[in-house]
Amino acid sequence: MTEKTNTITLSDRVKDIAKDFGLPRLIITGFLVLLLVVSPFVGADLPTQISNIINRFSWNGILVLAMVPMVHSGCGLNFGLPLGIISGLLGATLSIELGFSGAFSFLMAILLATPFALVFGCIYGWLLNKIKGGEMMIATYVGFSSVSLMCMMWLLLPYHSPNMVWGMAGKGLRTTISLEGYYTQALAKILQINIGNLSIPTGSILFFALLAFGMWAFLHTKTGTAMTAVGSNPEFARSSGVNVDKIRLISVVMSTWLAAIGILVYEQGFGFIQLYMAPFYMALPAVSAILIGGASVNKASVMNVIIGTILFQGIVTMTPTVMNNMIHLDMSEVIRIIVSNGMILYALTRKTEETK
Amino acid sequence: MSKAPLLEMKNIKKDFFGNQVLSDINLTIEEGEVVGLCGENGAGKSTLMKILFGADVIRETGGYGGDIILDSQKVSFQSPFDAIAAGIGMVHQEFSLIPGFTATENILLNRESKKKSVLSDLFSDRMDTLDRKDMDRRAIESIEKMGVTIDKNMLISNMPVGHKQFTEIARELSKEQLKLLILDEPTAVLTEKEAEALLDSIRGMSKRGIAVIFITHRLGEILAVCDKVVTMRDGYVVNESATKDTSVQDITKWMVGRDVADSDVAYVTEDTGADKNIIMSIKNLWVDMPGETVRNVSLDVREGEILGIGGLAGQGKLGIPNGVMGLYHSGGTVTFEGKDIPLNNPRKCLDSSFAFVSEDRRGVGLLLDESLEWNVSFPAMQIQDKFLKKYFGGLLKWRDDAAIREVTDKYIEEFKIKCTGSTQKAKELSGGNQQKICLAKAFALEPKLLFVSEPTRGIDVGAKALVLDALKKFNKEQGVTIVMVSSELEELRRTCDRIAIVSGGKVAGILPAGEQLEKFGELMLKNC
Repeated sequence: MTEKTNTITLSDRVKDIAKDFGLPRLIITGFLVLLLVVSPFVGADLPTQISNIINRFSWNGILVLAMVPMVHSGCGLNFGLPLGIISGLLGATLSIELGFSGAFSFLMAILLATPFALVFGCIYGWLLNKIKGGEMMIATYVGFSSVSLMCMMWLLLPYHSPNMVWGMAGKGLRTTISLEGYYTQALAKILQINIGNLSIPTGSILFFALLAFGMWAFLHTKTGTAMTAVGSNPEFARSSGVNVDKIRLISVVMSTWLAAIGILVYEQGFGFIQLYMAPFYMALPAVSAILIGGASVNKASVMNVIIGTILFQGIVTMTPTVMNNMIHLDMSEVIRIIVSNGMILYALTRKTEETK
Repeated sequence: MSKAPLLEMKNIKKDFFGNQVLSDINLTIEEGEVVGLCGENGAGKSTLMKILFGADVIRETGGYGGDIILDSQKVSFQSPFDAIAAGIGMVHQEFSLIPGFTATENILLNRESKKKSVLSDLFSDRMDTLDRKDMDRRAIESIEKMGVTIDKNMLISNMPVGHKQFTEIARELSKEQLKLLILDEPTAVLTEKEAEALLDSIRGMSKRGIAVIFITHRLGEILAVCDKVVTMRDGYVVNESATKDTSVQDITKWMVGRDVADSDVAYVTEDTGADKNIIMSIKNLWVDMPGETVRNVSLDVREGEILGIGGLAGQGKLGIPNGVMGLYHSGGTVTFEGKDIPLNNPRKCLDSSFAFVSEDRRGVGLLLDESLEWNVSFPAMQIQDKFLKKYFGGLLKWRDDAAIREVTDKYIEEFKIKCTGSTQKAKELSGGNQQKICLAKAFALEPKLLFVSEPTRGIDVGAKALVLDALKKFNKEQGVTIVMVSSELEELRRTCDRIAIVSGGKVAGILPAGEQLEKFGELMLKNC
């Protein structure tokens, strides 16, 4: 009898651990480890691969971090990330248009993007406060429609910088704008470490660490605590004298601003500004990254962001090289889509489980 | 040793997240025996029955200890389906009937009499047609077993409550393998006459050899129908005796664990505080709270008193605290210490040192997914900036986790909250302990005026006494004025100085707590 109970508790414990960590996360971690182990044998250079993962982590980390405040305040996953990205793009293009160059243009881009992010964030937050309960669906449409609107605006806005406009017409912004001479690698080059093929963009990682620490610290303040409580039980928060709408608005503005900063950091790593439909494709990878990191629709931590970004970007960078070398067939895109969308589906089904 | 008993439960143990709710329960039932099971809320009756019936919740929370032996065979039901197959039927407190179906259809749901047809030959027995005639016959048969008359063709939605209850029982009786029927407070919703009929049908079942476990709060019924009465308290069987040897007084004594008649209750019989200051004055208050509408309440609360608000359900007593605290839309004037309090603004009330313990523990009262520490400290932190460390001249308000732990541990100690520690999640606690957390949350605010709404709803006796004592102590030692709303008049009479009875959304009258029961009764029905 006792023996039997012991085995039950043991298997239960294993199940608990698996449950805490999440089966999908377990599978993805296993898959990533497998890729890393296999890569030298199929002829891929391991240090290059690791540099790639670290680099992509530094590009994407802040965009994933932008998910955290809205998850905490109960607004769900920010599918409206493109709105913040557009604020960032406005800051970036204005900085170039106004003639700033070098690393200083990065600082100016952040400063110019901030007012846009605050204004857009306020409008977006006001909208989300009107439709409590359906945030994620509305957020998706906000993202989509803002991208479409800006597709027209990029053509119509009176930009003149020859580095950005179409060569023949002399007006309207190009789809891709090179940051050469502006802020390409502005952060990455700070304290960069190069050992053979391994290269670590220390500056970018430090910048991410700074913002992540800021987020962690914020969640330990009075307002941050209120934000978590609002997400956990809005009725409780209201009866405790918290202005629920105001806290939700703050979370949306924070998320939008972080998305604006996030895209600027992405651009400095990538070396190009991408306009028009590009912001459209930025929300889903960020959403799935934080979910892979172990966040749910109403709980997320900075640790989830870090783990999730490494795992997701790891899969995205490793699969093409390893798969191509192994089976000479490009599977990377297929796997990326399965992982990101599958993860989102999984999280949405888990939502019903967790709410009483 | 004549014959093996029908059911034996041996050393049944069960805990929820480390809280022992059942300890060493032994129960034996013979064929055709009627066993009355009684005990106060939270004594463990329902948990015991859930174990017997194989309810999912038991398995999900880690199973149980001990053995169940049915017909000399050890059984362990994985689901209610197993239990039904083994001949155990259960009628729950809440109805599980389909409102749009007739009595017959409900009674024989998924066990209908069927006729073969061409289609069922071709496909499967899912295509059989219903044999209505035979179904009617079987339904009538099982209804007759109870000795009552129900229209077999009436839709459930059109039935009075009593008939619904009979339909549920008829459904269990129509199962041929039925050996043991569990009735969980079946008479709670019945009129006296219907209850009498039900008791008759229980006697009838017993004659047919069906054993019955009968759970009820009406002790008279137990004495009338049962062969044996088992009393539970705080997870133990405290007494088991033949019905003929006991009385209602005895059972009550075992249930409560003390001598009810002897307990010296000091009622406040006279209105002594008329000269005290009026601390809060409510005038022409209306509150739009669904099911508890307040129409026109004017009420003065004296400084340092415990004012009870009683009345029947749905008459508006719950609306008063919810309206004043701004949780439901309201109008009128509320003055506190000479200042007008704006309505519909919870923050303003809390800033004026009010606190509120809501009757909706899980919905409003608690952060179920967060730790006890957060639950206790959150309102005080948000409203009074307690448990915060301030940096940069107050610009940065950092959560002081050490202070939060300290205050939480203090209340866990003071209220004897059963938990694994201050970081346990609120949803894992039992109802009584959750209520204590709600109190701790309000006490941490150090209010001048405390509203408490239904503080003892759905919690066990021990917790009940502790909660009420804590309130009294808080009132005496800190001089906090308390307004307590409760449906249980006896509880109000023991705790309060004065009791206002609300009826029809208005105050029907205010009496000293020790006034005759009849006078309270009159007031309750005054505006209905």
